[in-house]
Amino acid sequence: MHILPFVVVAWILAVGLYGVVTSRHLVHQIVCLIVVQSSTYVLLLAVGYVTGAVAPYFYDIPVHTPAVDPVVQALALTDVVVEAAVTALLLAFAIQAHKRFGTLDPQELADFKG
Amino acid sequence: MDHLLALVVVIPLLSAAGISALTPVFRAHRRALDSAAIAVAGCVTVLLVVIMTRTAHGPEVYWFAGFRPRHGIVIGIDFAADPLSAGLASLAALLVTAAMIFSWRYFERVATYFHAMMLTFLAGMVGFCLTGDIFDLFVWFELMGVSAYALTAYRPEERGPLQGALSFAFTNSIGAYFWLSGIGLIYGRTGALNMAQIGRYLTGHRTASGLVVVAFVLILTGLLIKSAIVPFHFWLADAHAVAPTPVCVLFSGVMVELGLYGIARIYWSMFGAGLGHRAVFAHLFLMLGLLTAVTGALFCFRERHIKRLLAFSTISHAGMFLVGLSWLTPLGLAGAAVYVLGHGLVKAALFLCAGIILHRLGSVNETALHGRGRRLPVTGVVFTLAALGLADLPPFATYLGKGWIEDTGSAHGAPWVAVLLIACSVLVGGAVLRVAGGVFYGLGDPPAEDPRMARQTSEEKTETDEGRQHTPLTMIVPAVVLMAGAVAVGLLPHLGAVVQAAAVRFQDQPAYNATVLFGRATAHPVALHPAESTAITLTDVLSGAGSALGALALAGLALYRRRIPGLRRGPEPDLLLADPVRRFQSGVVNDYVTWIVIGTACIGGYLAVTIR
Amino acid sequence: MTPSARRWAFLIAGAGLVAFYLWGLTGLPGFGDYPGPYGFILNQVAVGQTKATAVVSAINFEYRGFDTVGEEFILFVAAAGVSVVLRHLRGERDRSAMDEALGRGAAPTSDAVRMVALVFTGPTVVIGWYLATHAQTSPSGGFQGGVVLATAFILIYLSGQFLMFKRVSPVALADAAEAVGAGGFALVGLSALPLSMPYLSNVLPLGHTPGAIDSSGTIALISLFVGVEVAAAFVLIVGELLEQTLLVRQEGG
Repeated sequence: MHILPFVVVAWILAVGLYGVVTSRHLVHQIVCLIVVQSSTYVLLLAVGYVTGAVAPYFYDIPVHTPAVDPVVQALALTDVVVEAAVTALLLAFAIQAHKRFGTLDPQELADFKG
Repeated sequence: MDHLLALVVVIPLLSAAGISALTPVFRAHRRALDSAAIAVAGCVTVLLVVIMTRTAHGPEVYWFAGFRPRHGIVIGIDFAADPLSAGLASLAALLVTAAMIFSWRYFERVATYFHAMMLTFLAGMVGFCLTGDIFDLFVWFELMGVSAYALTAYRPEERGPLQGALSFAFTNSIGAYFWLSGIGLIYGRTGALNMAQIGRYLTGHRTASGLVVVAFVLILTGLLIKSAIVPFHFWLADAHAVAPTPVCVLFSGVMVELGLYGIARIYWSMFGAGLGHRAVFAHLFLMLGLLTAVTGALFCFRERHIKRLLAFSTISHAGMFLVGLSWLTPLGLAGAAVYVLGHGLVKAALFLCAGIILHRLGSVNETALHGRGRRLPVTGVVFTLAALGLADLPPFATYLGKGWIEDTGSAHGAPWVAVLLIACSVLVGGAVLRVAGGVFYGLGDPPAEDPRMARQTSEEKTETDEGRQHTPLTMIVPAVVLMAGAVAVGLLPHLGAVVQAAAVRFQDQPAYNATVLFGRATAHPVALHPAESTAITLTDVLSGAGSALGALALAGLALYRRRIPGLRRGPEPDLLLADPVRRFQSGVVNDYVTWIVIGTACIGGYLAVTIR
Repeated sequence: MTPSARRWAFLIAGAGLVAFYLWGLTGLPGFGDYPGPYGFILNQVAVGQTKATAVVSAINFEYRGFDTVGEEFILFVAAAGVSVVLRHLRGERDRSAMDEALGRGAAPTSDAVRMVALVFTGPTVVIGWYLATHAQTSPSGGFQGGVVLATAFILIYLSGQFLMFKRVSPVALADAAEAVGAGGFALVGLSALPLSMPYLSNVLPLGHTPGAIDSSGTIALISLFVGVEVAAAFVLIVGELLEQTLLVRQEGG
């Protein structure tokens, strides 16, 4: 149990990268990129977990109750926004690529070779 | 207390938001928009130069939101500026100013987006240089990245920019996610995000060395991808060939170098003392650097697309900068820093001239342009001089930086490194001089067309709206000024001593920790290696001049090859390299990502085996 | 590389990478044994120092507020980038919004979908507003609220009124709102400078009760700006993507 979340992290990273490398469709490739980033969310949140602690919101609990690490949650929030921004931009590229190249297969999208 | 360190990032960000908010006003007044952007970039340049001179005696630290560290534990974010980081940031700001001047009036624009994105790009670069927090570094890296991806795809009506932007975005995003994984690992062990605090922890606690190595490799991979080191370099040529000229100036002149700065920063402020095994890392960086330098030089020579040729030369130089870092001595770092400065100025001038060629002649294909550049005498002179500067001719600053890197190599008992670096300079300089001679002076014969590549370069359409009959002053003056700047830097007295002193401070991890965490200034930083002489030796001058002469000879050979009996028959030697090389630079993102995984696995495997 | 060569190369290198990564992961303290000190210190002092009971928001908008400024502008640039890349180019023209298949008009949106979408638009706006303005109290904040606010606009599209969606959220307005949000955040930070305090210091009154609506000083204000910016950015991005799919067609294609 102590190591399981971290094994999951490595697995998600590997699966996401496999998807990017073997993809034949640009939108699928972009989603695989999102999967790769998901592994970093799991890593961050798993790293900050404290057994038996509560969420770091002290609205109705006393301030000194043991709580999990709030910093990684803030980092994960930041990362989600960054990922949304990059994904939006990549999808816009995909739309234009489809119009210019007529295909979304990454292997056909190579205009410059060598 | 003054707020210069905060202002140099906040001003461009606020200006970008302001320009965007005032879009209806700026739509009608093009010149007001251009002037505003130039003014902001220029102001930031001046402020950064002020910071650079002020930090000569010790880093300057600024704590955001007023949360200062207590008992060596940090809860806020800081900026820590020292001469090398502030100097690199001022180079970035200077190049942005030059690029904005270049795009005055004629550059095709879409509402206010170009100017806003250039300003956020600037803010990202400056923030990257100045920050002292590893996650903040990541945020500025992403801001730089997203601005760059959007700027690369600025002309989506052509196919090339989309392919370039996609390769760029995919590879650099994967690098960013590896980096984030590294941050997660190091945070999980140290519970800190501040670089000085992590450095102090790692120096004090030598346990869990496996985690430290893996975290270092993951963060390093992100930075190696940004610095276009082999085998992570494939995206750069694709992106450079298609980005608008002012953007290429920034990519080659400073963005790639920022990746190398990041490597230096994380090594000397965070991981260096904690990892130990200096010889192993020195060896790793040296091998990567040499591989990159040679690969970039070979690819450069066989290119016929001017911008792509310059892009491969940037890859080669990035390798040379990494070689300078790999010696791990102050002189090596100082050499790399001065070389970066000289190269940035010269490369920017070359790209600006390429932009002028595109504006006036409508093409960047070397073969098609043969002799047509005779109409652009001033541009031709600037281009040729800058090309000689790229080939390390004294007194351009490039020969100094290269000389110190080579001297350190010889002092470490590896003189063959110097020979290899000179050979790469000759190849790269020869390629650019071949372009200069053929395009601007019509010398010799045009290089043979590679039938597959001819189709690509014909697609590069102009990026300017009008005014093609003459070269506007706003295009040629920045090129002249930047090239003159490279000469001026090379002639500065005591440059070596000043830069090496700054390098010594940069590498002194305990002093950095003390200043950031406890506010203690160190009067006399301790050097890991003794500072070496930076007097300009005859060897430096000869090596630089020899390199430039070799480049001229090579260019002449390439241009006049068919008129030399004996060499007349037979295919172009560089095109013989075409097929195997093309299989690598395939243009397919899947391949690039596979190479990233292979590269990371190899580096990781090498370190896992040598560090137990 | 041929696809199968690529797959084999990746499988071998990937196995090596995963093994390497696992080697590093085993060096971490076990799951549930976070060692601190950053998180523990902030949990202790955040409520007292900022009078905000949501420590994560306090970190995002105060302790590490400068990261959030950068991230705001990443979203800003992404929306600008999407607008640049998907702009109307020469040779493209708008088509009236209709079904892709020729010879058929657009299928009318079913009444059930339309009613549900319209009924939920109002509450979504209210919820989004609530989330954006209560960052200091509960697990909410500018980002969450902004995304929910943008969803309200998208619900209008779902109810079958794409052109109404375009009219309600004209690009210029969304652009301006985004710039105001991002710039507003940066300006709030700047307001500390005349008071000789570092950028982004909390200069507004902190209130008495932690977590009350008027507590936590600049955190609530920043969260509001962030909400506006995120909502505008997502409306812009989704609007551009929808317009491409529905309206813009290349000449002769």
